[in-house]
Amino acid sequence: MSDDRPFAITLPVGSSLANKTGNWRVERPVYVERQPPCTTVCPASEDVQRWLFHAEEGDYESAWRVIMEKNPLPAVMGRACFHPCEGSCNRAQLDEAVGINAVERFLGDRALEAGWTVPVSASDSGRKILIIGSGPAGLSAAYFLRLDGHDVTIYESAALPGGMMRYGIPAYRLPRDVVDAEIARLVEMGVTIETEHSVEDAAIAMADGGFDAVFVAVGAQKGRHYDIPSGDASRVMDAVSMLRDFEAGDEPVLGRRVVVYGGGDTAMDAARSATRLGAREAIVVYRRTRDRMPAHDEEIADAMAEGVQMRWLTTIRSAQSDRVMVERMTLDDSGAAVGTGEFDELEADSLVLALGQDTDLGLLENVEGVERVDGTIVVDEHQRTGRRGFFAGGDAANIGANDRTLTGAIGQGRAAARAITAFLAGREPERDPELDPAGFDRVNPWYYSDADRTMRPRLEAARRRNTFAEVVSGLTVDDALFEARRCLSCGNCFECDNCFGVCPDNAVIKLGAGAGYQFNYDYCKGCGICVAECPCGAIDLVPEHR
Amino acid sequence: MSAERVPVRFYQVGSFAVGNRLVSADRRNAQSDPQRANSLTSGHRACAGCGEALGARYALDAATRVTNGQLVAVNATGCLEVFSTPYPETSWQLPWLHSLFANSPSVATGVAAGLRSLGKSEVRVVAQGGDGGTADIGMGALSGMFERNDDVLYICYDNEAYMNTGVQRSSATPGAARTATTDVVGEHPGNVFGTGKFVPAIAMAHEIPYVATASVADLFDLETKVERAMSMHGARYLHILVPCPLGWGSASSDTIRLSRLAEETGLFPVFEAENGELTGSRTIRHRVPVEEYLRLQRRFSHLFTREGEVKDVATVARIQAIADRNIRRYRLSEEVS
Repeated sequence: MSDDRPFAITLPVGSSLANKTGNWRVERPVYVERQPPCTTVCPASEDVQRWLFHAEEGDYESAWRVIMEKNPLPAVMGRACFHPCEGSCNRAQLDEAVGINAVERFLGDRALEAGWTVPVSASDSGRKILIIGSGPAGLSAAYFLRLDGHDVTIYESAALPGGMMRYGIPAYRLPRDVVDAEIARLVEMGVTIETEHSVEDAAIAMADGGFDAVFVAVGAQKGRHYDIPSGDASRVMDAVSMLRDFEAGDEPVLGRRVVVYGGGDTAMDAARSATRLGAREAIVVYRRTRDRMPAHDEEIADAMAEGVQMRWLTTIRSAQSDRVMVERMTLDDSGAAVGTGEFDELEADSLVLALGQDTDLGLLENVEGVERVDGTIVVDEHQRTGRRGFFAGGDAANIGANDRTLTGAIGQGRAAARAITAFLAGREPERDPELDPAGFDRVNPWYYSDADRTMRPRLEAARRRNTFAEVVSGLTVDDALFEARRCLSCGNCFECDNCFGVCPDNAVIKLGAGAGYQFNYDYCKGCGICVAECPCGAIDLVPEHR
Repeated sequence: MSAERVPVRFYQVGSFAVGNRLVSADRRNAQSDPQRANSLTSGHRACAGCGEALGARYALDAATRVTNGQLVAVNATGCLEVFSTPYPETSWQLPWLHSLFANSPSVATGVAAGLRSLGKSEVRVVAQGGDGGTADIGMGALSGMFERNDDVLYICYDNEAYMNTGVQRSSATPGAARTATTDVVGEHPGNVFGTGKFVPAIAMAHEIPYVATASVADLFDLETKVERAMSMHGARYLHILVPCPLGWGSASSDTIRLSRLAEETGLFPVFEAENGELTGSRTIRHRVPVEEYLRLQRRFSHLFTREGEVKDVATVARIQAIADRNIRRYRLSEEVS
């Protein structure tokens, strides 16, 4: 018996670490990264989960910088985006969707307060890009092109930049100082904006300025008219003009009773603005039923809460100076609205048409190779027109998924910038990587505490009626942190240590904060407990190949 | 009270996951610590998905943490002993002693007495065994240890049968469960109802300082109870439910899920008691009917059709009645407390 053994130990002892139990395994766990639904549905492809991850730690600047990788206007979007991300959020199946939009706004506002900006680290490319229109698509493209090192100039026909963010969306939804501040940041980054610079011919403007590429993002500024028989004294105007005139300081004369014709968001904006301009009654007339209204539910609900009346299944047949003649409609078997022959009269001092918008494409009249369909520019998935060096996006461009939203315009601006940089380098633009979806079925909901959504405090509907002050106010710091932490982190590890803790074989190695985990396949028996108990579904079990 | 509901703190996963990057280190579970003791280290020969291996590491790591490593473990014969120490290997990273099937409480008593006589009062003693070694074979020795109030924490890892020798019935096997010795034959297939023992209640009857139950699905609660037990002296008893994929006929990945369902159905009451009196209960968070627990286990498959529908309605109702009684008796629901 050797003397170096402890007291009472008679036999030499070895560790079970010599026994590599990993060779029992028939399946192995692997960490995966999946695409959460919020990103999948975002028209601007924001990595929502990735910026919430930083916000969860209270690291708001890092969170904001992640947003800025996809969207240069977080404070604007945190107010005016219709947040399809929340509609798809897996947390809705647990309690309520995460208030992504509210957190985005919080971060956007923080950045403006703190003066955060994004440095242009790319070296000067020596290339000049012309952008026509300073709406969200144009500004987004300008930002990303600037980050690629290009010299970017925007021509804007109006007196101030911003496009529909300024002349379309009412101030109670999107305060102008926010728009100004986010645009100012782009200007500081070196984007040149020439206002009151109309373009008669895009090709000539491009040649005159010595530009290497042009991005046409002129929006859809013309309110669509519909031929309604009307008397001489009747006041009929289109909603886009009404909102624009008002913004330009030219207050439209609407009278006490205003009828708005249409069922989209612009109709809601017009009706809600009318009440703020002193109309005692604002009535929205729409030919189909509420569930078919193209306006977002939130806008309809807000409008009704503010006293806007709705007349569904109704069309306008004629307008006089003090009334409009309406016809009641019904839906036929195919869902189309057809007249019933029953007529009615509504008292109305003015009629506002919100029937859609068209694009003024005069600047492309003499430009060859740029195809147009139904008054919009035809582009491919990379925002390229048929003419070399000509790109288009935003409301002016016709692409399958273009739902004419602010967020869509931001995404198209980024796509165009990427395509322009690729074009200048003589290569094909890349696409965003696509991952397998992270569905709710992969989430282990047991691990998430029940936590209700923090509602953004709203001004009382009554108080809103005669003010253009912002309706929805922001989150407090505590609420923003709480809201961010409601994210389930679907499909991607957020370092909860569960796999590390639940392994009966200590076969998970914890690499430390930010570095995640690694499996020790020497000992992993492939039991799959880590897979079953991963709260967010970031581990797959795959067959072992030998 | 440690077993009272810990207020839910909101760190993305609340208090339920093992750790969390958002929680300060001193409030994380011992298991989230990369420097944790790993009292039972890798390379042991427990089946894939073994609940007992998990439970033993959870409990002994927590005990090691509170005693600063001044800990001796005495083990009864059973799965835990066999899979951890095939000569010349051992998976134990603490002083560990095995003698016989029946005598681990007595050996632990002796170890504690020996340490006391050596003046090493800082070294604490844990005895551990399976349900066979505890409820059947070691019952007399355990009762003696309780009755003498020896300074030992006895931990029973309950997997509800003799798994090591081929899944024979123990006195902790539940009614209707199929084992090698309670086959699915005759009028009442599987184990009979109305026999067997619930050792925590027996321990409470000894009026020892501390008795608690825990499960591998509730790590925070388990660690809190180990810490509480180690803060006391005298005879203490901890009973941990540890699902056994082999003996229960369940998927190896379902070990924690089953443990959670045992809690959430009420079939396994999680509570603690001091000096014979119930002092705290873990309330059920989302109550579920017993068939959700039973359906995942082949030992109860004779109660269900091939499609998973309840076939033996009377037996399932009888098991549900046991769960309902547990909920009343151990105050597992806020409504009955």
